[in-house]
Amino acid sequence: MSHSVNKPEKKQRKAVALISGGLDSLLAAKVIIDQGIHVEGINFYTGFCVEGHTHAIRKKDKAKPKRNNALWSAEQLGIQLHIVDVIEPYKEVLINPSHGYGANMNPCLDCKSFMVGQAVEWIKENDFDFIITGEVIGQRPMSQRRDTMPVIAAESGASDLLLRPLCAQLLPPTLPEKEGWVDREKLLDFNGRTRKPQIELANKLGFQDFAQPAGGCCFLTDKNYSDRLVDLWQARDTKAYELDDVMLLKVGRHIRPKPNFKLIIGREEGENKFMEGYRKQFIHLYTISAKGPLVLIEGNTDEKDLQLAAEITARYSQGRQEKTVTVAVKDQNGVSKLLNVKPFSNEEKLRDWYI
Amino acid sequence: MSHHILDAKRLLCPMPVIRTQNKVKQLSPGDILDVICTDPGVTSDIPAWCRITGHRFIDVKSDADEIVIRIEIRSRD
Ligand code: SF4
Repeated sequence: MSHSVNKPEKKQRKAVALISGGLDSLLAAKVIIDQGIHVEGINFYTGFCVEGHTHAIRKKDKAKPKRNNALWSAEQLGIQLHIVDVIEPYKEVLINPSHGYGANMNPCLDCKSFMVGQAVEWIKENDFDFIITGEVIGQRPMSQRRDTMPVIAAESGASDLLLRPLCAQLLPPTLPEKEGWVDREKLLDFNGRTRKPQIELANKLGFQDFAQPAGGCCFLTDKNYSDRLVDLWQARDTKAYELDDVMLLKVGRHIRPKPNFKLIIGREEGENKFMEGYRKQFIHLYTISAKGPLVLIEGNTDEKDLQLAAEITARYSQGRQEKTVTVAVKDQNGVSKLLNVKPFSNEEKLRDWYI
Repeated sequence: MSHHILDAKRLLCPMPVIRTQNKVKQLSPGDILDVICTDPGVTSDIPAWCRITGHRFIDVKSDADEIVIRIEIRSRD
């Protein structure tokens, strides 16, 4: 006697891929899509992502085509992308990272755990099965080491639902592998700082024109940006910040002549225009008798400070060689006064004050 | 079908895309949404987002002060 056994229909498994916009997350998602898994992307916006911002502000960058690399990756992969604003919850990660900062103010290990933790919540809400990231063992000194991989899996709460397709063969099997949702043999064993295997795989899979930003895609890994952030925290005596602070740290020259105030000086038309949007929040200065930058004052100032701010504003105007320059000082309510000042000429001091 | 406006002025990318994405969740197929922005990055990002999500990018109009991107909401299925 023979029994006909009705095979239960195989459930379509679903994974969410953390898409940063870089090559590794693109490849990791593709490797899993190619195994028949339904993949959707998730991208977290912390406020510090390099995406577009300075390019949008600075005129000199306008010739370059602007694109959001996470959207571009999703389009290449043919998947949905969910961009999530995590500006508020990210503050706690940056202000108080339990694993500290990297070479600059980048709290990479806490950041990774946080993002994967957000993805854990997302898969629960959206009935997905597991999470994938483009992490590679040894690729990054802080967050992508053999010993930190389990830390992220544990602290995020993802545990064995977190699969790193690019180096999975070097790590213990995760649930998707153990359950046979994905074939471990077809996953990869990338290791170390070299980018060669990624480039080779990208070529094999037919990806061109992918993003490989030299400074990464996060302002917190940038020394200059981090210096400004630390200066802001020190000057305010608190690490609290708002999105506007984060934005303004990206634009202009920052000069702190005294602990109680700093100047943000537009370097070109694009920045001046962007900074105009902040005129109602800051005392600002601009030159009248010569062409010059828009300058915002952050902090509290007295009359003497305003005089100094006007002299520095004049220094950065086209009237810097003149005996005097007329500078308008306008407060947040639009009340203005004119100061005739001698352009500041002590370059050594300026260099010292530069942040 | 109704016409909606989203003010995303002074926001830098990807914030206008995030706001668009969140607003669209409350709208119905056939609705029209005008996103008013100032960051020129939206002229590539919002059409890209439409291509990914299946909503229809209709057009972009801009003057010296602002950029208006018009999209039509489509059903996801
Ligand atoms: S580089 Fe920035 S976004 Fe990336 S893990 Fe580090 S802190 Fe997070």
